[in-house]
Amino acid sequence: MSKPIIATASLAGCFGCHMSILDIDDRILKLIELVDFNKSPITDIKEFSQRCNIGIIEGGCCNTENVEVLKEFRDKCDILISLGECAIMGGLPALRNGIPVKECLDEAYCDGITVGENKEKIMPNDEELPIILDKVYPLHEIVKVDYYLPGCPPRADLIWEAVVALVTGDELKIPYELVKFD
Amino acid sequence: MSEKVKFTIDGKEFEGTKGQFIVDAAAENGVYIPVLCHWKDVTPSGSCRICSVKVNGRFMTACTTPLEDGMEVESETEEIQDIRKAIVEMLFVEGNHFCPACEKSGDCDLQGLGYRYQMMVPRFPYAFERRELDAASPKIFLEKNRCIFCKRCIRMIKDEQGKSYFAFKYRGKDLEISMDKELAKNMSEELAQEAMDICPVGAILRKEVGFAKPIGTRKYDKMPIGSDVESSQK
Repeated sequence: MSKPIIATASLAGCFGCHMSILDIDDRILKLIELVDFNKSPITDIKEFSQRCNIGIIEGGCCNTENVEVLKEFRDKCDILISLGECAIMGGLPALRNGIPVKECLDEAYCDGITVGENKEKIMPNDEELPIILDKVYPLHEIVKVDYYLPGCPPRADLIWEAVVALVTGDELKIPYELVKFD
Repeated sequence: MSEKVKFTIDGKEFEGTKGQFIVDAAAENGVYIPVLCHWKDVTPSGSCRICSVKVNGRFMTACTTPLEDGMEVESETEEIQDIRKAIVEMLFVEGNHFCPACEKSGDCDLQGLGYRYQMMVPRFPYAFERRELDAASPKIFLEKNRCIFCKRCIRMIKDEQGKSYFAFKYRGKDLEISMDKELAKNMSEELAQEAMDICPVGAILRKEVGFAKPIGTRKYDKMPIGSDVESSQK
């Protein structure tokens, strides 16, 4: 039987969750015995080349590109996992939620104390750029998500235990210390 | 003077003092009923509902219901556990509880309950309300994003004349915690620390200290909230 295939992506995240995946240390050798990777920053494969069994996503959705990638993952992965606080509740980027986008952009590009000269009040507005959303959305408010691994970042042991349980079909027993929101 | 009565929690028999609140009687017997607004010997407010139990088949808050002889209390049933988990989830989505950036993380009762009930994601949509941070006091921050309206600070943090440093402002969905700026100017270090300690979340934080305890040594890093009560079980 062929190995299960994993795809991963970082949306509005900091890549800390991906770092935490790498933090499983030498178990990464066992991991590649258990699974294959497809689209993922870890393998640097940019596009899906086949259907995947597990999609792991860090970061919430802050712009239209994030939504597009997320929907593609939902389409092409059997199981979708929200990895980390940003994927689950928006996280740090969601600190702007509740503040109108106009106010955020004004602060970032026009009126903020760290903004240099911008007399014409120019804001990035190229059609190549994804459009920023009204707020940062947790993944499950956009597509159906099957599992959640909280933490900032989720502990490497939690990711390991969860992925192994999912792949082997064994029951997942999570020790108390592994589920943390920080 | 204090009359002893018998009662049961989840079928187990215990003894307590008539008239004391169920939550305190349970704790004395080593049974943990979660609380967020309750503080022993302070007038109860019954506002958070996390201590909900069934008493003789009816839902009651264990922090406001006086103990009577023969009471049959249900606490750890699947139904009640799920209701408590739902309350924790509701509190998480109602405010802006971003744990990784909060100094109270690891020592926070709300977060501790999230861990105890293994909350992986709230079942409700996030509200993402805009709330302000009040930094007017020289001693504390009042972070309104995190307030869960338990009234502990209102009931407990007072000056010598019994005047509260804190109060509620507005009503309904606009309700917010506020602090008396004049009183707060002269808040002592001790009182600031007490206010931070009694706050079950990270709404009241002392200024000029922060992240003092390393990860791994905080209250709920290794042991679930309520372990102290449960370890005293006879």
